Amino acid sequence: MIVEVTDVHKRFGDNEVLKGVSVSVEIGEVIAIIGASGSGKSTLLRAINGLETIDDGEILVNGVEVHDRRSAHKVHQHVGMVFQQFNLFPHLTALDNASLALRKVKKMSTARANEVAMAALTRVGLADKAKSYPQSLSGGQQQRVAIARALAMQPQVMLFDEATSALDPELVGEVTKVMRELAAEGMTMLVVTHEMGFARETADRVLFFDNGVIGEEGSPERLFTAPENPRLQQFLRRILEK
Amino acid sequence: MSDWQHIWDARGLLLSGLLATLALVAGSIMTSTILGFVVGFLRYRRIPVVNVVLRVYLEIFRGTPLLVQLLFIYFGAAYLRLDWVTVFIASLVGMTLFNGAYISEIFRGGFEAVPTGQREAATTLGLSRFHITKDVVFPQTLPVVLPPLFSQYLQLIKNTSLASVISYFDIVRQGQAIIDQGANSFDVYLVVAIMFFVISYPLSLLARALEKRIVTRRERVA
Repeated sequence: MIVEVTDVHKRFGDNEVLKGVSVSVEIGEVIAIIGASGSGKSTLLRAINGLETIDDGEILVNGVEVHDRRSAHKVHQHVGMVFQQFNLFPHLTALDNASLALRKVKKMSTARANEVAMAALTRVGLADKAKSYPQSLSGGQQQRVAIARALAMQPQVMLFDEATSALDPELVGEVTKVMRELAAEGMTMLVVTHEMGFARETADRVLFFDNGVIGEEGSPERLFTAPENPRLQQFLRRILEK
Repeated sequence: MSDWQHIWDARGLLLSGLLATLALVAGSIMTSTILGFVVGFLRYRRIPVVNVVLRVYLEIFRGTPLLVQLLFIYFGAAYLRLDWVTVFIASLVGMTLFNGAYISEIFRGGFEAVPTGQREAATTLGLSRFHITKDVVFPQTLPVVLPPLFSQYLQLIKNTSLASVISYFDIVRQGQAIIDQGANSFDVYLVVAIMFFVISYPLSLLARALEKRIVTRRERVA
């Protein structure tokens, strides 16, 4: 097990957003997390890499407790995260975005860091944009740089938090293409997404989040063709109507 | 003897006044920027007790006139028999505390203008707090901070003239000395004003050049 989430609870004030969530992720597994806004799916991802604290339960990444202050920093090196809003560093070129942590965290020489960063940019098809600043890139390109930035650190798990939700519809494809390639290469991925097509075709397992709990989980074939949970049936109907 | 001749003959006094003003300007720009940066950063981090102490400092030094602060520090030091507090040191301390208060708010605003997503992204890459601040947050505050920072420096240059009141022999004080020798006060103050302008204007140009450089660097497309 690369990620082991056990009975996690999380409250924001009076609002309990995670009400006892447990998930185990095996190496190489691609998990799609679907569900309505506010159902707790993003909070779970953010808890897995320590961006949110948890009130109860346990999260292990590679056997290391994420919410233990002494070990938390180790987790970040193993877990890559891609955000809805890209969060690229606007003052750095695409290459420097991808090489910054290599230099500062992995203490690589600039030459070596640039090599690794360049390889990551090549992987997302943006080697020719290495010297560009985020501002001059399209949304899709920015998100691909953000993926390269995370990949450069050679994470064992990649988390995608609605990575395509902020993109114009015609730019979604170039980002999901990169994500599909990663999945095909055997990357372990947890993907919070509204792209049902992606979930259906790429995921090994789909989790349906409903009001802070996992309402239903299973293979994409089963969940999308024969959902049992009435809330999931309703959710899928609403999405398909769009 | 014409007035201009009189002023020209006293140019040594004005020159030493200029040097004194420049020393106070350079010194207090450095110290107030350091103080302002530290206070601004601490306020941005919102450390419980520290924050209250800094608020009090801020309110006091923004809520009272610089002139009064200078008098208070100078005569306060004399009252406490702190002989090492020269006029220059008293002026420097006053200028630092006064401008540091304003500059800290500029830096705090700059830090707060950086979206939280930037810190989060840096955190998930495993960067330490130090590197997040130094390599991610701080560089992004510069375009926000530089324009108000330089306008504060321009204020600071002109405010050094208040130090003449505690007999710091700056440009103004030396000008007054020349007037005391019988020169026309209008002419002398004209020269004094021009001298201040000559110090300020290059800084104003530098501010514009820096701002332009930051903007174009960001917009450059490779």
